[in-house]
Amino acid sequence: MINVIREPLIFEISSPGKTAVKLPELDVPETKDYLSSVPVRGDIEGFPEVSETEIARHFTRLSQMNYCVDFGFYPLGSCTMKYNPKVNEKVASMACFTSGHPLAPERLVQGNLELMKTLEKLLAEITGMDAVTLQPAAGAHGELTGMMLIRAYHTASGNPRKYVLIPDSAHGTNPSSAHICGYTVKEIKSSERGTVSVEDLGRVMDEEAAALMVTNPNTLGVFESDICQVADIVHAKGGFLYMDGANFNALAGITRPGDMKVDVLHLNLHKTFSTPHGGGGPGSGPVAVKKILEPYLPVPVIEERNGQYFLNYNRPKSIGRVKSFYGQFLVMLKALAYVMILGPDGIREMAEVAVLNSNYIRKCLEGIYHLKYDSPTLHECVFSDKFQKEYGVSNLDISKRLLDYGLHPPTMSFPLIVHGALMIEPTETESRRDLELFIEAMKRIDREVRENPELVKSAPHITYVRRLDETLAARNPVLRFEKKE
Amino acid sequence: MSYIPLSEKDKKEMLEKIGVKSIEDLFCCIPENIRLKGNLNLPESLSEPELLEYFQEKGKKNSYEQYLSFLGGGAYDHFIPAVVDYLSLRGEFISPYTPYQPEVSQGTLQVIFEFQTLICQLTGLDIANASLYDGATGAAEAVLMANRIKEKKRLLVASNINPEYRQVIVTYTKNLGLELVELPFDQAGRIDKKSLEAAVNAETSVILCQSPNYFGVVENLKVLSEAAHEHDALLAVLISEPVSLGWLEAPGKQGADIVTGEAQSLGLPLSYGGPYLGFMSCRKEFVRQLPGRIAGQTVDADGRRGFVLTLSTREQHIRREKATSNICTNQAHCALRATIYLETLGRQGFKKLAWLNQQKAAYALSQLTAIPGVTRKFSGPVFNEFVLEFARDWKGISQKLEEKGILGGISLAGHYPGLERCALITITEKHSKERIDRYVQALKEVLK
Repeated sequence: MINVIREPLIFEISSPGKTAVKLPELDVPETKDYLSSVPVRGDIEGFPEVSETEIARHFTRLSQMNYCVDFGFYPLGSCTMKYNPKVNEKVASMACFTSGHPLAPERLVQGNLELMKTLEKLLAEITGMDAVTLQPAAGAHGELTGMMLIRAYHTASGNPRKYVLIPDSAHGTNPSSAHICGYTVKEIKSSERGTVSVEDLGRVMDEEAAALMVTNPNTLGVFESDICQVADIVHAKGGFLYMDGANFNALAGITRPGDMKVDVLHLNLHKTFSTPHGGGGPGSGPVAVKKILEPYLPVPVIEERNGQYFLNYNRPKSIGRVKSFYGQFLVMLKALAYVMILGPDGIREMAEVAVLNSNYIRKCLEGIYHLKYDSPTLHECVFSDKFQKEYGVSNLDISKRLLDYGLHPPTMSFPLIVHGALMIEPTETESRRDLELFIEAMKRIDREVRENPELVKSAPHITYVRRLDETLAARNPVLRFEKKE
Repeated sequence: MSYIPLSEKDKKEMLEKIGVKSIEDLFCCIPENIRLKGNLNLPESLSEPELLEYFQEKGKKNSYEQYLSFLGGGAYDHFIPAVVDYLSLRGEFISPYTPYQPEVSQGTLQVIFEFQTLICQLTGLDIANASLYDGATGAAEAVLMANRIKEKKRLLVASNINPEYRQVIVTYTKNLGLELVELPFDQAGRIDKKSLEAAVNAETSVILCQSPNYFGVVENLKVLSEAAHEHDALLAVLISEPVSLGWLEAPGKQGADIVTGEAQSLGLPLSYGGPYLGFMSCRKEFVRQLPGRIAGQTVDADGRRGFVLTLSTREQHIRREKATSNICTNQAHCALRATIYLETLGRQGFKKLAWLNQQKAAYALSQLTAIPGVTRKFSGPVFNEFVLEFARDWKGISQKLEEKGILGGISLAGHYPGLERCALITITEKHSKERIDRYVQALKEVLK
């Protein structure tokens, strides 16, 4: 990263009369008879004017201020920041896929429909579920879709029910998605092992609970080993078991949600299936269901008859559309390419090594950083800053100091049940060297905490900007550029 | 093959350090009865050249590339400068996470800040968010936002907005006890004024319209905003073709309180419907109710300018069920493309682009309606799309055009009973005079 050049906002390097594109000239007779019929705008006030060189330099310089997976280790817990294979990008940039209008006749889009159907089938096999919709745009959108399916089923049975049960270790999107689906949220406390307590669940589960939303392995990286009993309790009262598949990278090829009696789950193609995060999207959040919920899937559904693929809109029980067109098509292609290149052995090895790497880091840092729960963990482990707090150093400080070592920090302050959390998910795509760099940096930071806590508390020191004042940003919001008079 | 950089020796040493015999032992917490016996039933692994061949073969089953297309209706085929692909494909833009660590994410954050500024400039409003999934979910988020601001249950939604957007609004609102009222359209193709006056009342939170609407017709936003504000409701305006904002007065300058929509037009390929790019802007007093991420300016420990994600107390990771929206991962990379695209075109280029679209559409409209049996359906002013009515059902005409290698337009039959003889036709700067004339000639032959 080049930290010397300060790159201004584009609006600050703009000067009148410049453009970075050559558009064609008008080749039809000009008309002016529109002028009286609509309010036509004058100048687009403040819009930038730059040359192509300036565009190229501006964005190249901006890019160099970013940390990214292509640069190094990115151990964000529950985010699965694995390497994004380049061949997937090549597939998704083929003109035969990028140039298709979504409303082109079905006859002309047979390739697209077949590929989407293939991905649906492969995801159904990997998850052990019966049917899949690819329409949801991201994980949270998948959650919302899944909850809508559940609500549609209950409504059709005569009572939509009132609330959804969610463990206190859950991602924030779970309660938020349930809420937007018209449910109130009942939180259930995690057991001493950090998992759902079968006893507690038995007490609170009743016939007004629409569903239980669990993440498995949960956000501590702990597998919910009572999952089948949990499912039985929920099913006995007519509820559904929803599984948040954000952590599915730990399980693929090892066990299947369908075999754990899960009724609905969403996957994050931008986590388990290697599609890039793009600095915050686009993702893709397919939802997989058991037969009982299939009639409620969003329209259209891709079907095949005599080798011809078509979009079926005639689904009277469907919840309707959750997005325009058919979902994040190019993202689906990348995920499909990934599954095709991995094959069954590769998928299993992916989960195995993700779990191996996480346990290795856990072992190497145990005792140096505090581990609140000592249950066995799979793909991620959650330490806290308890030991370092004695020297006045917080998880935030430790994270910022990691930046000085050229490493991205873990997820901070989540899950909420671990105070001062440092949630580490290495994924399977890290070399031994990169794992050791991280472990060594964490150990050195711990030594710094005891020898020179100020050094850690004032970190980062060598990044493009130093620690940013987030309180100021929220208290005095400046959310756009405005030219000073 | 699974992109794993560990050697067998690495694995062995790591297992020793952990203190287990095999990787299998690390999964001991998963009960035996739910473990997969044997392998998943998936196709065997492909090599990289085999993989590319596989996708090329499937791609050949798509034949739309051989057609001259006049399809739009929420997805537009505009020219994308080479610099957009080239710069956006950089690993530093594609492979980072959401910028939760701002000190090493200034690139993404500054891009979002510039994107927000550009959206504000285009829409004429005070603030904008970092993105939403697409225009349809943007429409749904807009009515939910208006409902939170006004705390009134009645939502008026124009029937001439993109029908898929309308369907998504229905899906989102039906579980929440809200009252959705559809506004019919008039002969001009605009929201019918009398029906609007009858429908809007003190219980109304919002009037949601699209301009240009699904028929390509530019709405009279002044009239709509007066109707809304008179009843203490908001005017939310949907834009599915933002290139129109290079030609039309900004909605914010005509009384819109929220502007949301689809920005696929701004540097994103058609991609069979996704990924696309939702955006949203609003008046600054509504900032606490705006869904999605927002980047803001601040200073670092040395007083230098920097950017962070801010006002996150609106969001799900802090507020959980009380959040303004459940949105988390959104469309950041698509917003990057739109930012590069808009800055590349710039002040003059974007206005010229809009002018080209409008002029070419006007030419196509005049040429097509000169054909006997073809009339303009709606009298309202249009930008780059318009509805034509034919002497017989569009379905048959469309098939005949297809045989001549032309995708002539989008049928309105399914969504608008009574408009079976109509089609929505879209022109962009990519339609040269020769292409437009080819369409006119083909249609003449089909209708003969």
